[in-house]
Amino acid sequence: MCGTCGCGEDDHITYRKPGDHSILHTHNHDHNDHTHAPSHLHEHSHDHSHVSSHEHEHTHTINLERNILSKNELMAERNRGFFEGMKIIALNLVSSPGSGKTSLLEKTITKIKGKFETAVIEGDQQTLNDANRIEKTGVPVIQINTGNGCHLDALMVNKAMKQLEIKQGSVLFIENVGNLVCPSLFDLGETKRVVIISVTEGDDKPAKYPTMFETADLCVINKTDLAPYVDFDEEKLKATARNINPNLEFISLSAKTEEGIDLWIQWLYDLKSAD
Amino acid sequence: MPDKQKPYSVPKNYLFLQDNKKNMHELSIAMQIIEIVKEEAKNHAAIGISAINLDIGKLSGIEPDALEFAMEEAVKGSMAEKAEVHYNYIQAVSVCEDCCLEFEVQDYFKTCPFCNSLNTSLIKGKELKIAAIDLITN
Repeated sequence: MCGTCGCGEDDHITYRKPGDHSILHTHNHDHNDHTHAPSHLHEHSHDHSHVSSHEHEHTHTINLERNILSKNELMAERNRGFFEGMKIIALNLVSSPGSGKTSLLEKTITKIKGKFETAVIEGDQQTLNDANRIEKTGVPVIQINTGNGCHLDALMVNKAMKQLEIKQGSVLFIENVGNLVCPSLFDLGETKRVVIISVTEGDDKPAKYPTMFETADLCVINKTDLAPYVDFDEEKLKATARNINPNLEFISLSAKTEEGIDLWIQWLYDLKSAD
Repeated sequence: MPDKQKPYSVPKNYLFLQDNKKNMHELSIAMQIIEIVKEEAKNHAAIGISAINLDIGKLSGIEPDALEFAMEEAVKGSMAEKAEVHYNYIQAVSVCEDCCLEFEVQDYFKTCPFCNSLNTSLIKGKELKIAAIDLITN
């Protein structure tokens, strides 16, 4: 079974690059790779020489104290080590569906093109739509379709990045499945976690989905061009979010009009130069 | 629309197990628990698993109903099918770094009830672990 997503043997997770009609890679679980050569002779010589026929069953308590997500965490640390060694800044972009993650990415990539190498991992339940949009910007992109999965996990990112051929010193954007709940539990090995919220979603999002805001490093408030038309109190959102996570940073912008996008680009530059 | 479902109850369309499709992170967690206990049972040459004790923090991001339902399904056909699963839900506790007060918390809001500082840290309540398992051996 893979990492923690519990996707078992049904191999429904796919990894595709735009333009590929075939599925590049499905889950190959190592334990399915057993091939027994015909010449391999197993000698089964069961020699039951127990004198006593009374075999008592014993119950032992094993104090495991083991973290249930330990497999994901180990893999996340491997990813993190790879990113550090390759001087890659990996950003895990999380949000509700429709908050404008892909639009922001498109704009960002155009702005930082030629300055840093960029690569993108797209996560969605279905379709290559997002990867196709990103591909038009000319950067390497791979799409993970999780099938029914509600989040990306560290193993999926590990498999995807092996195919992506990320260059040293890149900025890697990992666009998680649009969901403010489950992705908060799964460390991907990212450098920073960025939660994106749009003004149309309402200023009570941090109160409703605190786990995500608690684990994020930066909160991008998108679609500020629509703020005059909706009841959205930016200060209220910030206050609520800070009550959950006092270290959370905020950037307000509009990916459409590009107002405030320079602050976001500057944040990326600062992160890159601190590396 | 008739409101027959309790809040947080498992939705009616939660039938994906029948066609072996899995979603929701509680199920991922349940599958992972079974995977870990099976591994442990194998390492100890056990013939069965009689109990699984889980420590689940109230702020771990796990919905108890969903996890308990998912566990019922996840144990099916495994060595742990007959295991008793004990859920120890742990109350979240924070400590204020400024006035050292320890206080129970119900949510992620961090304000210290004594000095109103935001400089507080969660010390309990994020647990998501298998505390112990009972293995049957010969």
